[in-house]
Amino acid sequence: MIIRFEKRREPSKFMQAVTPIAAVLLTMVIGALIFWLIGYDGPRAVKEIFFTPLLAPYKWPDVARRAAPLILIALGLCMGNRAKVWNIGAEGQYLLGALAGAGIAYLTKSLEGWWIMPLMIAAGIVGGALWAAIPAFLKTRYRVNEILSSLMLVYVALQVLNYLVTGPWKDPNGHNFPQSAPFTASQTLPHMIWGTPFPPGLFIAFALAIVFWIVMSRSEFGLGIRVVGDAPKAARYAGYDANKMVWQTLLISGGMAGLAGVLEAATQGGQLNLGFPSGYGFTAIIVSFLGRLHPLGAALAGVVLAVTYVGGQVAQTVVHVPNATAGIFQATMLFLILASDVLVKRRIKIVWSQPAQAPQVARSTT
Amino acid sequence: MAGSNEALGGSAAARTRLELRGVTKRFPGVLANDNVSLKVRPGEIHALLGENGAGKSTLVKMIYGILAPDSGEVLWDGQPVKIQNPRAARKLGIGMVFQHFSLFEALTVLENIALGLDSNISQRELEAEIRRVLDLYGLKLDPQRIVSTLSVGERQRIEIVRALLLNPRLLIMDEPTSVLTPQEVEQLFETLRKLAAGGCSILYISHKLHEIIALCDVATILRGGKFVAECDPKKETSRSMAELMIGANLKEITRAPGRAFGEEKFAVRALSLPKVGDFGMALRDINFSVRAGEILGVAGVAGNGQNEFMTALSGEVRALTPESIVLGGAPIGRLGPTDRRALGLCAVPEERNGHAAVGDFTLTENGALTARRRMHFMQGGLISAGRATAYADKVIKAFTVKALGPSSTAGSLSGGNLQKFIMGREILQEPTALVVSQPTWGVDAGAAGAIRQAIVDLAGRGAAVVVVSQDLDELLEFCDSLVVINLGGLSHVMKVGDVSIEEIGLLMGGVHGDPVATVQMTEALHDHPI
Amino acid sequence: MIVDFLIPALITIVNVTTPILLAATGELVVEKSGVLNLGIEGMMLIGAITGFAVTFVLGDPSYADSAPWLAAAAPWLGVIAAAVAGAAASMLFAFLVLTLGSNQVATGLALVIFGTGLSSLIGASYVGITIPSFDSIFPDWLASDPVGKLFFGYSPLVYFAFLAVFGVYWFLNKTRSGLVLRAIGENDLSAHSIGYSVIGVRYAAVAFGGAMAGIAGAYFSMVITPLWAEQMTAGRGWIALALVVFSGWRPGRLLAGAYFFGLFMTLELYAKASGFSFLPSQFWAAMPYLMAIIVLAIMSARESGGGEAPACLGKPYMSDA
Repeated sequence: MIIRFEKRREPSKFMQAVTPIAAVLLTMVIGALIFWLIGYDGPRAVKEIFFTPLLAPYKWPDVARRAAPLILIALGLCMGNRAKVWNIGAEGQYLLGALAGAGIAYLTKSLEGWWIMPLMIAAGIVGGALWAAIPAFLKTRYRVNEILSSLMLVYVALQVLNYLVTGPWKDPNGHNFPQSAPFTASQTLPHMIWGTPFPPGLFIAFALAIVFWIVMSRSEFGLGIRVVGDAPKAARYAGYDANKMVWQTLLISGGMAGLAGVLEAATQGGQLNLGFPSGYGFTAIIVSFLGRLHPLGAALAGVVLAVTYVGGQVAQTVVHVPNATAGIFQATMLFLILASDVLVKRRIKIVWSQPAQAPQVARSTT
Repeated sequence: MAGSNEALGGSAAARTRLELRGVTKRFPGVLANDNVSLKVRPGEIHALLGENGAGKSTLVKMIYGILAPDSGEVLWDGQPVKIQNPRAARKLGIGMVFQHFSLFEALTVLENIALGLDSNISQRELEAEIRRVLDLYGLKLDPQRIVSTLSVGERQRIEIVRALLLNPRLLIMDEPTSVLTPQEVEQLFETLRKLAAGGCSILYISHKLHEIIALCDVATILRGGKFVAECDPKKETSRSMAELMIGANLKEITRAPGRAFGEEKFAVRALSLPKVGDFGMALRDINFSVRAGEILGVAGVAGNGQNEFMTALSGEVRALTPESIVLGGAPIGRLGPTDRRALGLCAVPEERNGHAAVGDFTLTENGALTARRRMHFMQGGLISAGRATAYADKVIKAFTVKALGPSSTAGSLSGGNLQKFIMGREILQEPTALVVSQPTWGVDAGAAGAIRQAIVDLAGRGAAVVVVSQDLDELLEFCDSLVVINLGGLSHVMKVGDVSIEEIGLLMGGVHGDPVATVQMTEALHDHPI
Repeated sequence: MIVDFLIPALITIVNVTTPILLAATGELVVEKSGVLNLGIEGMMLIGAITGFAVTFVLGDPSYADSAPWLAAAAPWLGVIAAAVAGAAASMLFAFLVLTLGSNQVATGLALVIFGTGLSSLIGASYVGITIPSFDSIFPDWLASDPVGKLFFGYSPLVYFAFLAVFGVYWFLNKTRSGLVLRAIGENDLSAHSIGYSVIGVRYAAVAFGGAMAGIAGAYFSMVITPLWAEQMTAGRGWIALALVVFSGWRPGRLLAGAYFFGLFMTLELYAKASGFSFLPSQFWAAMPYLMAIIVLAIMSARESGGGEAPACLGKPYMSDA
């Protein structure tokens, strides 16, 4: 008996929609199994991680607060990943965005006004974009792989954060803890706005998701992004400049990550400390794939992963699993969605009792 | 080994070297081979004839063990066999020279051959064996050269040597001459005749009728996956075999008689470009001009700069000066593809999948790739889905593309239909000038004819057309003038009908690797026009 | 004077370089076959915790009576277990990428996240515990003086790393199987046409890479410190990846490049310890990563890329039957 993959005539739309859902469900099963094998209460852990946050309204603000940065970063990553420009260093751009915003806050700490917040946000976007400009420059000018360069910069960004909060920006009233001074009222965003339990970041994220969707599917730029990823030669033939695309996608995803960073810093009151980096930049990669690199999918997937974050903390207290375990679920989801991708383009065919044959590799001959 | 087969020649029927009985092979959506039967005798040069899509490659892959038949029998020396994989085929004594070479550019000839062998002999022994075979068949090749430095003809020799080292009893050649100059084709035929005289059978796949008449003893004709006829090429004519191959009366291309050419529409002047990368080719002082209504053919063997030529004309690579490329009087050398299209220059590259079209995109999106500006799809910064879809639909209908609709993906179309769509997409933009490379490669005869006719009609409406093709027959069929591209440079322009195949062949071959001698030879030919 | 300072510094460089060298050597083979496995960091962590846990379990003093040899053998068995664990983790990657044809970048990242999480999970109950360390393979008197220590005083894994580099060089350039592997990395379609099992060879290469990464991780938890801590590999796996690119996929350059990075990582340690006050300690901590970027820029910008990448690197390969 041989299991083979046969190419479909057309990619299956059904599979495209169903596989992310199946991946999440299967993750719950596998996750429960892994935990159970190691000695924890597997099913209970899954329940706490996946369902409790959804079913308990008092947890929703928490979920929303986590979903906002995930979605924002993932939107930029969706675009980049479609173009096969791999921005693995979004975490670093997120940090630089937060730092840029905090920098403005530091400079304006004795001032007041409605203009401070927009300025901080703009600085955050620019900060993240500039940090992403480095890999863009290195790739277009020196052909350096952007995976490595953007990733190395994450570690550099961590050191920058370390330096600033233990040195120049250390809170004079902070009892010598490595943290920056808290933001003033003009520099802080409310946790919940417009009477909803959701932070402003979430609304921005959803609005931008729609914008990204329109741009990706209908604009000339969006067409270019999709071609550059699938067929670079065709992209050039269609008049798109590959180097320009690299710059555009990296600046956009860097800017989005920076935006997420400054919003996060401003929403939590600005006390940047060594615990600020929360891995959103990496988790957002999973969000973008789970959302099938589609902006609306990413918005939904961002909520799902935010649930696992919040649930992970719940599970930590209730089932006593360590906090890092959310990563296992998230990685499993990513594995499953990547694995199930094959079903979109190919169908499984089980062949009984055929003589072993060397598989034919597709060529464009008769 | 050489003489033993002839000694058995007496009982030919029982001693058929290879026989296929009722072999069938199915793929999703297509029946590639339908109950095909075939007999090859020892020392026979047997042609397998059919147009693109007839099932020749599939059949031969089953003989070589790459595929297994769904039903039917394969007999070797009269005994039924199941050939599990290429290794097993080689063990039986079957060798194959593919149309697409399996070579490793960065390695030497010797290493490449070593990789193709099943046994593990030392490199020194192997080199000695290789030289023995080269001498035996009068072939020229240096085992220490790195493959990336070799011409296409030389690379094919590596494949042939690989097969010959096995002392094959059946040698399969899959479309071997599409990459050779006419002179190299003769050399190949000499080698094959020597082999056959020694008792090796040859299965020669081709769609080139005059070659088969010149070389082969027997021809089996396939059409649409089915066996159609077995005949003696020497007793048939090109026309009768072509009709068996295509199954209908041949349609001639219609051109308006007494065409007059208009003013110059498209010209290239002193275009030179440096080579890109290790395997690229520099363009040297390209000069030509095309008038309205004229079709200029660019002949040449693969690897002489055709791709660089195409990308320079389409705008994918910009020229060094604006005046090196002139369209309708305007200098466009520094413009990109989109701007060139807007001004009326459309191009179709050689590669369908991944270059001219994207397999995962719908036909609508593929249409938008090139037509979005010239055909005004843009509405307020966004591409209008309505207009894009309507255009794709128009192309599908006008060029009878067999597809479910504009929302089918390009990858779901057959080669011929995709090519028709691509050609239609460019032609319906009514360009002032059209540059196209390999317009009918890998396309069935019906679609090929339609494409050629569409090109001819476009020229009839006053466009200037440039066709780059490795198929000299095709170019001679419908072009008005001809140039040959060799080592990145163009020959002088010749009028089709005024020039002989020999002269063209010499220009195509150049004096490979020696640009000075090539120029001298070209100049010598200039001095003696025919 | 200079001996007091230089020798310990050199020894530190060798120690600090070893895990990167191990991981990079493995990844070199993987990439030569045409596969890009970004999951090194994850495989290293899995190797680290496995090696630690197995050594701990086997090195338990309560076995000393029934099997006295176990105490000395425990670390060796631990390393072997780490190699097996790393290879097993890599098989997860291999199945997705080679058999199902999934995106190599994303799958590699998933492996990193998974390995980090799984190792934290398993390692939670091992925090704060120590394990027996390796017995030196050279007799003690050889390493008694400072110069002797420079050559003979290392853990066995250090010598293994050296041998591995030479072994890989010999394999790739002097053996038939190595030629086949290189060919597959250059042109997988051709290799397949000839009849080689592209998928099979790549599976083997990925497994080798996983085993080496596992051993590299074990180096952290068993040699550098006989302790386990979450994410203790601290991004060294990514430096190993940069190193492979930097080396132009050539084992000789890999060796030199590894020590180059080791130098910078040692500088970071010394800076933290002695507190160079003219530059903040964070600068030195960031140095290895900054150097990696600079070096990558220099190497990749060269016309030939400093040794060509295998032509098929990262491209998926699917048989369409």
